Amino acid sequence: MATTTAPVPRSSSIFELAIKKRWLGKAFLISIALIALWRIIIAIQANPILFLQQVVNGIQLGFVYALIALGYTMVYGIVRLINFAHGDVFMVGAFISFFGITRFQLHLWLGNVAPGLPLWVTIGVGSVSVVVLAMIVCAWLSYVIERIAYKPLRNAPRISALITAIGVSFFLEYFAALQFVFTPNFITFKRPFPVQTWMIGSNGIQTLAESQESASNGIIFSNIALIIIISSIILLLLLQYVVQKTRIGKAMRAVAYDKPTARLMGINVDGIISVTFAIGASLAGAAGMLYAIAYPSIVFGMGIIPGLKAFVAAVLGGIGSIPGALIGALIMGQAENLSAAYISSPMRDAIAFTILIIVLLVRPTGIFGEPSREKA
Amino acid sequence: MKVRTLISLLVLVAVLATGCARTPGADTGPIKVAILAPLSGAVPTFGESTKNGALLAIEEWNAKGGVLGRTIETIVEDSQCSADPAVNAANKVIDQDKVHYIVGEVCSGASIPISEIANPKGVVQISPTSTNPLVTVGSDGTTKPYIFRACFIDPFQGLVMAKFALQQGHKTAFLMYDQGNDYPRGLAEAFEKSFTDGGGTIVGKETYVATDTDFSAILTKVAESNADVLFLPDYYNIVNLVGPQAKERGVTSVMMGGDGWDSADLDMAAAEGGYFSNHYSPEDSRPIVQDWVKNYTAKYGATPDALATLAYDAANMLLAAIEKAGVDDPAKVKDALASLEYEAVSGKITFDQFHNPVKAAAVLQVKDGKVTFVASIAP
Repeated sequence: MATTTAPVPRSSSIFELAIKKRWLGKAFLISIALIALWRIIIAIQANPILFLQQVVNGIQLGFVYALIALGYTMVYGIVRLINFAHGDVFMVGAFISFFGITRFQLHLWLGNVAPGLPLWVTIGVGSVSVVVLAMIVCAWLSYVIERIAYKPLRNAPRISALITAIGVSFFLEYFAALQFVFTPNFITFKRPFPVQTWMIGSNGIQTLAESQESASNGIIFSNIALIIIISSIILLLLLQYVVQKTRIGKAMRAVAYDKPTARLMGINVDGIISVTFAIGASLAGAAGMLYAIAYPSIVFGMGIIPGLKAFVAAVLGGIGSIPGALIGALIMGQAENLSAAYISSPMRDAIAFTILIIVLLVRPTGIFGEPSREKA
Repeated sequence: MKVRTLISLLVLVAVLATGCARTPGADTGPIKVAILAPLSGAVPTFGESTKNGALLAIEEWNAKGGVLGRTIETIVEDSQCSADPAVNAANKVIDQDKVHYIVGEVCSGASIPISEIANPKGVVQISPTSTNPLVTVGSDGTTKPYIFRACFIDPFQGLVMAKFALQQGHKTAFLMYDQGNDYPRGLAEAFEKSFTDGGGTIVGKETYVATDTDFSAILTKVAESNADVLFLPDYYNIVNLVGPQAKERGVTSVMMGGDGWDSADLDMAAAEGGYFSNHYSPEDSRPIVQDWVKNYTAKYGATPDALATLAYDAANMLLAAIEKAGVDDPAKVKDALASLEYEAVSGKITFDQFHNPVKAAAVLQVKDGKVTFVASIAP
């Protein structure tokens, strides 16, 4: 009698255990990850060159996300606010550089001042000045937003500031959509320099036009990819220098660590917060121009999706951590591109976000995130 | 006060008099045609072009002595590209002005409600530009006997471009389209069917979503496939994104698309070398096209766009059908229109069983930063 009744409680305890440890969900996610890995391994074996090409595509995308993600992560690190208006500051950056180039011919100013210089110097200096203009305008805009919309809510519940951020985001989008501000239409972004494409094939590096080989036999990259990667790295190093080596950076870290104590030590906390917003926004402004160069059709809503993805990248890397934002963004770029290439292109975002969920289940604080510490 | 009463009395008498003059079945007096167009609302420029095109057609007929020896009187109403104003305008022209013929509307969202009124009341309606299949076909799949359109419906352009691609000697094609939008999907499906039926091969098919900006993963596959044709039947903003990225990835396929490319904001450098279909081209050398462009430009000071052209064709076909029927009776005119064969500006038109026109489409090429007419392709 006793032996027949014994299995019933045992089987229910297995179910209970399965529910308690969330085996079902984990098994589902792990199987998705395994399927994705399997598809990628097959792809590498089938055509390694094509796979490398897709990786190169993903790197370009990843670096643009990295620049946006840094703004999210810096602001979050210091005021624990997810600044949803950040993606729209990025959009403003793209439009400012568009107007700088098409309306004011800002990328050619050096040629007007000193006509004798070679063209690449003129355009190089000109393009950098357009980026700097976009960065300055975005920094100023973000400073104003912080002063008007976020500072009065510093001591309000965190959800109020979050809702305000969403409000600012919508305001910027639809304000930009007005006919007399920017435009409600899609407009074509004029690149300040011509596109040059190279191919690494069996004959070494050649421009695509010279190369006799078919495009599928080599890895193709363009000057746009190089410019995005190089300028992103320069900006990242600059940021790392500012945060780690300067007085302002030290103050930022102190404010991030403990606001009241930092104030007691004589740090102008509000000023530092404004500076943080401005620095993050200037990176978004630069990202806006780089993004518009790579994907030359701009519209008032262009910041929403890259903004969300960069936010995800920041969370993935560990929000609040600067190297984390870079690594997270590169992972996002690869995940998106490889899933578009090898699994299903309309499902690229679904897969990219599934990876986010998996990482957060394993490490809730993100890859580089530190475990949350006690805060006052 | 007295003057006003007098005037209103006079107006009343006048209205009654004209009402009496037009006793049912009378074969004298003008034939009334209503033009319903969105003169205000979201797309007033569409309405203006449509009105101008239709009015010019009617003016030309009147100059020739009208139709059936009677002059044509036009009633223009603003239907605002939207259901409610369109219904009001349709009720007004049918019940109050007693028209038997309607040219309009531009937008499918307004044409469908108008057709729901015109069809049961036995009023012939011809929409110049509404592409939704439900304008001429009821939800039960039967054709509305009194409702016609002058433009081809969207998937037809896929068929035309497939035929054009095959004529150019292309053997393989790669399809790229937005899954979530009926317009590109309809074109892509029609292209795929016609292209494979004609002996071509579809070497790849990729979909994306409307918010995508990075197409590098898809375009790397296109380059890998070495397809002759990249069929991208989307709007100009997507073409502006895909074009430069395709060139960066070493895609050598010829890009092709539909009338979504037709925009002043199309990036000519991005679309360089590509082909797209459209309703008509002002560069077409047929005399009827050149006369139309000349007359329209002389009257309105601008080159006629596709909307004006289709409105002109719609009004012309309607009047030709009245002439063919030989009597001002919508029941006979609708049969005459259904079997009409008409040489219109946008091509030689006949109607299929669903009252959609069967006609040639213009194929245009983006070349040296300009859009040029290449060929007129009949289905």
